[in-house]
Amino acid sequence: MALPLIYNFESVRVRWASTVVAVLGIAGSVGVFVAMLALARGFQAALVSSGSEHNAMVRRAGATSEMDSAITLEQLRAIEDSTEVMRGADGPLVSPEVVVVAALPLAKTGTDAMVQLRGVSLKALAVHDKVKIVNGRFFTPGLFELTVGKNAKNAYRGVAVGDEVKLGGTVWKVVGSFDAGGSAFDSEIWLDANLLNATYQRPTGIHQSVAARLAGDDAVGALERRFATDPRMKVRVERETDYYKRASQQMTTFITVLGSLVALVMALGAVFAALNTMYSAVAERSREIATIRALGFGEGAVVLSFVIEALLVALAGGIVGCLAALPLNGLVTQTLNFQTFSHLSFAFRVTPEVVGWGIAFALFMGLVGGLPPAVRAARVPVVVALRDL
Amino acid sequence: MKFLPLLFANLTRRKVRTTLTLGSFAVALFLFCLLVTIRAAFNSGIDAAGADRMLVINKVSLIQPLPIAYREKLQRVPGVQDLTYANWFGGVYQDEKNFFAQFAIDADTYRTVYSEFIVPPDQWQAFLADKQGAVIGKATADRYGFKIGDRVPLKGGGFPGDWEFNVRGIYTARRPSDDLTQFWFRWDYLKEKAPPWFANQVGWYTVRIAPGSDAVKVAKSIDEIFANSAWETRTQTESAFMASFAEQMGNVEFLMIAIGSVVFFTLLLVTGNTMATSVRERTGELAILKTVGFTDASVLALVMIESVLLAAIGGALGIAAGKGFTLLGDPTKGMLVAFYLPASGVAAGAALSLSVGVIAGLLPALTAMRLQVVDALRRL
Amino acid sequence: MVQLGTNGNSHLIAARDVAKTYRRGSEELHVLQGVNLAVDKGEFVAFMGPSGSGKTTLLNLLGGLDVPSAGSITVAGDEISRLSRAKLTAWRARHVGFVFQMYNLIPVLSAFRNIELPLLLSPLSGADRRQHVQTVLKVVGLEGRADHKPRELSGGQQQRVAIARAIVADPTFLLCDEPTGDLDRRSADEILDLLERLVSELGKTILMVTHDPRAAERAHATLHLDKGVLTN
Repeated sequence: MALPLIYNFESVRVRWASTVVAVLGIAGSVGVFVAMLALARGFQAALVSSGSEHNAMVRRAGATSEMDSAITLEQLRAIEDSTEVMRGADGPLVSPEVVVVAALPLAKTGTDAMVQLRGVSLKALAVHDKVKIVNGRFFTPGLFELTVGKNAKNAYRGVAVGDEVKLGGTVWKVVGSFDAGGSAFDSEIWLDANLLNATYQRPTGIHQSVAARLAGDDAVGALERRFATDPRMKVRVERETDYYKRASQQMTTFITVLGSLVALVMALGAVFAALNTMYSAVAERSREIATIRALGFGEGAVVLSFVIEALLVALAGGIVGCLAALPLNGLVTQTLNFQTFSHLSFAFRVTPEVVGWGIAFALFMGLVGGLPPAVRAARVPVVVALRDL
Repeated sequence: MKFLPLLFANLTRRKVRTTLTLGSFAVALFLFCLLVTIRAAFNSGIDAAGADRMLVINKVSLIQPLPIAYREKLQRVPGVQDLTYANWFGGVYQDEKNFFAQFAIDADTYRTVYSEFIVPPDQWQAFLADKQGAVIGKATADRYGFKIGDRVPLKGGGFPGDWEFNVRGIYTARRPSDDLTQFWFRWDYLKEKAPPWFANQVGWYTVRIAPGSDAVKVAKSIDEIFANSAWETRTQTESAFMASFAEQMGNVEFLMIAIGSVVFFTLLLVTGNTMATSVRERTGELAILKTVGFTDASVLALVMIESVLLAAIGGALGIAAGKGFTLLGDPTKGMLVAFYLPASGVAAGAALSLSVGVIAGLLPALTAMRLQVVDALRRL
Repeated sequence: MVQLGTNGNSHLIAARDVAKTYRRGSEELHVLQGVNLAVDKGEFVAFMGPSGSGKTTLLNLLGGLDVPSAGSITVAGDEISRLSRAKLTAWRARHVGFVFQMYNLIPVLSAFRNIELPLLLSPLSGADRRQHVQTVLKVVGLEGRADHKPRELSGGQQQRVAIARAIVADPTFLLCDEPTGDLDRRSADEILDLLERLVSELGKTILMVTHDPRAAERAHATLHLDKGVLTN
């Protein structure tokens, strides 16, 4: 009952010049869309991957981010003593941490950007097990030493292993760099928490957050309940991954909103290009269409045929657009994370899901751009068109 | 222009195609305006920066405070005409997703230094009289529906607890690049209610230098005074400060240019194709025009003018739509400080549109011009 | 035999008091008025007449491409003058084979695929369709040209492909609108030979509109149309 696909293939092939225009229009739109999604995904992934599903993050109740939280030594002890926390060879796997933002010159421009300094203890490597030393060594507690994340090392000037950095009136030495698997940690510089507190004139012994490895994956709830009944523990307990997902929300939304806006507008342009192409195709082929109708093919068959043709063109455009955006995958870019007020490097992530969305977007454009001309094709009055010399 | 009827007849011959081509132009220019607007938003801090203002921050880190005691010394630095200070509050209004900057300001001096902000005198007086008062920028006030007399609760971030303020004024400003999203309340109230560790701290000072002073020299003098103290300072012009923020946003401008180029070329292709198809279809008629006596040059002009006309009308529509869109306000709901289409953007868009019209029409116009009557009539 | 009277339903094609009127702005054009005709199976009828006499309109009505303003048309017992557009489309596929002056082949498809088109509307399998197409290719003498595109064929060859397409689904009758109008004398004669053979050897029924008296000679009978009225 349907017109053969080869009719559509050959028709598209013969009118390749106009078709290329529509394909490029759609490809451009899909490329931008995929790039934006990849950017947003990449940002989210960098942050979310900082967290581990096996860890819990404890902060002061009501704190909106790490920076305005405070955990006392007493609260730290309580966490260390909890049975829900896993124990390693050296004791409970608990990492108390302090986060501060400092200005360092960017490698590219020399202007200052704000880098996140994380004050930790040796336990940090055990708790954040995705972090691996790749160069030099971890800092020695008690010494003015720095370990630099791999993205921070590339982003800033003068933080290579062996360099000396002036922070807060003291000179620190870079003794190593680490790889944190592309997470936000890679944009940070780690050092001794107590020295950080002293340098920044923060009260001694107060940390901002505590990361703890859970004894079992479902121990989060139990830990929460334990502290709920303890009046000393006005804290918020959540799984690390959940915390980071929330921490990336504002920026992810920002990128997604702006990016979608741009892609949507481009899509409109692409649809116009597709409409133009398909309408002129229908006009050029009006005699052909009339003949097909005369032979006995119904309106539905004609509409379907032209819609399929438009979808074929759109699919081609979608594939070209996705291929064009693919090289972005893994490209490292930087931005300012509003929520932590620090500079963050992250990589574009073109995932299969993102590509899927790109193709779906292309097909949607093809449908919108192909349907009106297809309907017009079907409505060509057979008798009139046959006489149209 | 006696050829206008001929021109319009040609353009309205295939109404759908003309509409779609106009639509393509309009969409492309709308996109261009959108990109220019986003770029302006990112750079608005730089654009709005006072030429005679400098920020004094803690050298170690932006988020470290400075003592209020520095006030006297700063006032006495040669070149310093006016001085004010403020703190970042960082509270949350109802939901973490709602974002607007909150500053604890020194009510007596803030507007002397930041003179671009306009507050009706009676509202400002009310603010001065109410320790818990707040003055809100029009953009934020409109977004959340704050009105004079409302009570606004904020959940403290860096300053924990529940804080409440009374809306006493709404501020506006003249330039589109001015930030109308800020929430001001009083520093003396912050000092009163803050926990003991707060102890007379200031987030940053803003200095307004006397006309004719050398900004670099003044900055150096300031930093020298506090060098080697417990709280060292770093003084830079407001535009330099904003620029370093914009710099951290990274590759935004690059993305813009990339997208812009993609759009431009696609548009060129679409219109070029439309013009070429249109000329091809009208070969017979153009030949007849020539037999009637139209010169080659006039046929060239006819096709070119058509193309440019499409570009002009479509482009105008797109730019108008772009301007209209900015009037709808910030789509990111507060994360962009300003959302406006600068005049330079309009000019650039118009130039872009017209140049595409010319370039796209050129090849078909030349083909039409060179058409040999005999060949064309035979094609009929 | 062709009869002008209104005589029963035993004819293959019968038109009774058929009229067709077109509206142009505020004017009414009476293209056909009170046409009566009957055609039996296996007949070859030619229609001649000056420009504007309504020949093509009559053909369109008989072929179900259009509906009459008045009167009725019956083909193989079916009253087609009042069928809906959708039903008419299906009816056409089953009963009519068209041959046009301008061949009207699909330029992007090969001869084989062009001929196969009507069969796609039937439930025949791919193998069956191929067989039918090969058969009619032989009938029109173009076995070696199955894979050629229309632009690779001469005018006469293209018309033969069109005729093959017209008969491949074994329709009740063929409608030819100036089939030789665009051909040189020699090709025209070849086509007319073919049409004659279809009637004499395969028992097809053909209604043909033509300007060409030599074409009309090949038919069993010629009807004249003048100002919308059949005369003979």
